[in-house]
Amino acid sequence: MGNRYTKRTFVLEIIGIVIGLIFLIPFYFVLVNSVKPFAAILIDAAAWPKEFMFSNYAKVWEIINFPRAFWNSLVITVFSNIGLVIISSMAAWKMVRTPGKFSKILFVIFVSAMVIPFQTVMIPLMKVGGTLGLTNSIPGLIIMYFGFGVPLSLFLYHGFVKTVPIEIEESAMIDGCSQFGVFWRIVFPLLKPITVTVIILNTLWIWNDYLLPLLVLQDAELRTIPLAASSFFAQYTKQWDMGLAALVLGITPIIIFFLFLQKHIIKGIASGSIK
Amino acid sequence: MKESDYTVRVVIRVEPKIQTGPVSPDVQMKAVTKKKFKYKSLLTYAAFVGPALLFFLVIQILPFLMGVYYSFTSWNGVSSVVEWVGFENYKKIFTDDKTFFNSFMFTTKFMFAAVIISNLIGFGFALLLNAALKTRNILRTVFFIPNVIGGLLLGFIWQFIFVKGFASLGNMTDIGFFKMPWLGDETTAFWGIVIVFAWQISGYMMVIYVAALQGVDNSLLEAARIDGASNWTLLTKIIIPLILPAFTICFFLTISMAFKIFDLNISLTGGGPFNSTQSVAINIYQEAFQNNRYGLGTAKSILFFVVVAVFTTIQVMVTKKKEVQA
Repeated sequence: MGNRYTKRTFVLEIIGIVIGLIFLIPFYFVLVNSVKPFAAILIDAAAWPKEFMFSNYAKVWEIINFPRAFWNSLVITVFSNIGLVIISSMAAWKMVRTPGKFSKILFVIFVSAMVIPFQTVMIPLMKVGGTLGLTNSIPGLIIMYFGFGVPLSLFLYHGFVKTVPIEIEESAMIDGCSQFGVFWRIVFPLLKPITVTVIILNTLWIWNDYLLPLLVLQDAELRTIPLAASSFFAQYTKQWDMGLAALVLGITPIIIFFLFLQKHIIKGIASGSIK
Repeated sequence: MKESDYTVRVVIRVEPKIQTGPVSPDVQMKAVTKKKFKYKSLLTYAAFVGPALLFFLVIQILPFLMGVYYSFTSWNGVSSVVEWVGFENYKKIFTDDKTFFNSFMFTTKFMFAAVIISNLIGFGFALLLNAALKTRNILRTVFFIPNVIGGLLLGFIWQFIFVKGFASLGNMTDIGFFKMPWLGDETTAFWGIVIVFAWQISGYMMVIYVAALQGVDNSLLEAARIDGASNWTLLTKIIIPLILPAFTICFFLTISMAFKIFDLNISLTGGGPFNSTQSVAINIYQEAFQNNRYGLGTAKSILFFVVVAVFTTIQVMVTKKKEVQA
């Protein structure tokens, strides 16, 4: 509101810092205790560790096969993103550029599907997935993410395409450029801001998703990070020394992703939600 | 208003499209090429829209319709014989399923608490960051971080905080709040989930509210201040009415997220103690995949869909109406 740094702003600043620190306390607890031996956690979880013990990490790294889980999560997230960007941007562009009843109805169906909770679809989906050979396979899971991700991605692209001027496309079309050529060479580069938003939203969702991979992937080899973590906790209940190391490993990749791209992420979240 | 804006634009755009079609002096030729042109454009339409539509139909719409059908059967997921039972499943849910009723009540109560608290905190953060703080960017990052971690891992993290962390803080500070049996009884488990949900979501809400606050015209506030309006009046009479659309979005998002809660719930309390914090999503999951009663599970999931749809539609209608009045 005010632009000058007043006494009031100073007080607000202090309040903000205090709340910020409170917000970070859980991370303090997790980090500090992940390098303590089990007995030390039981005595005092709040204390600074007397010595830093990294054997917890080494053990967990092996048990949950962290490199494997990380790789699986990465493959699933990357390929789901690529596919979603391609199919949703193409569909959205064509639908906007072909006004008419059909496109309009199609759009309404896509968008209203966003209200359907995952739990409503999941039970028969497992039957469909089994019939089509999509279960217990990473490509199968990626195909399912295509289906679940399309409504939001298409919705965002649809809104954005409307703001792209049509004149350039028309002149290219007259010059003999094919529809695919026009789309990929001229339109798609113009969609970059919304593509960034779409990728960010889908990445945060797919990377952290738990229930769909839980239902689809059965082999230990195929586990994503959330699956590896939950199966670890199911086996080693209350063994917090290793459990916390597993959690730190689990959250590190996505936090690094966020810290590197935070400007885009926060902008993307804001624009993605407001549209 | 936005919608009508678009329709106007669409109407204008139709014209050049028609003009780009082939124009031939010969009437018959014209008819043939026109047909060919139409066929070709239909084909490109299918090539562009087809893939998205196909995945969407197979993965979401087909299972949804199958779910409606299965909800009237005694399907167990294994046997190939699916017996039609009419409204039997629905009758059972309404008359003879106390756990489902309880999980429904829990989810509704949770939704109200979670939506109010996370929006209050999120809006508070947004107001705080809207002041010209020096640490503004760092604080924004800090408040947002929990949101990038998935619900499952957050639940495990907070299980540790509640059980071990709070106990240590209790010993250190002797504050009663920390000495409660966190997650051990119904009340603390309920509020435990609310706290973690708010911790996760308020940063997200903050981002939306901040974006809305930045759109508020400063000169308007200056003028009101000169007229002697207090900060509270500024907030309630000018700022909030101006950013009501942001409230619509935030309430929509939090309501649907809270109502569908699963990951966080399952890793933090697992539905316990004694199923007292079992969300509807968990109940459906267990009915289908642990009790193998797929028919009953789908019936519950269809009811769940209806409730979510009704809740969110009512909410959007109510807040939209307020927007118009303001």
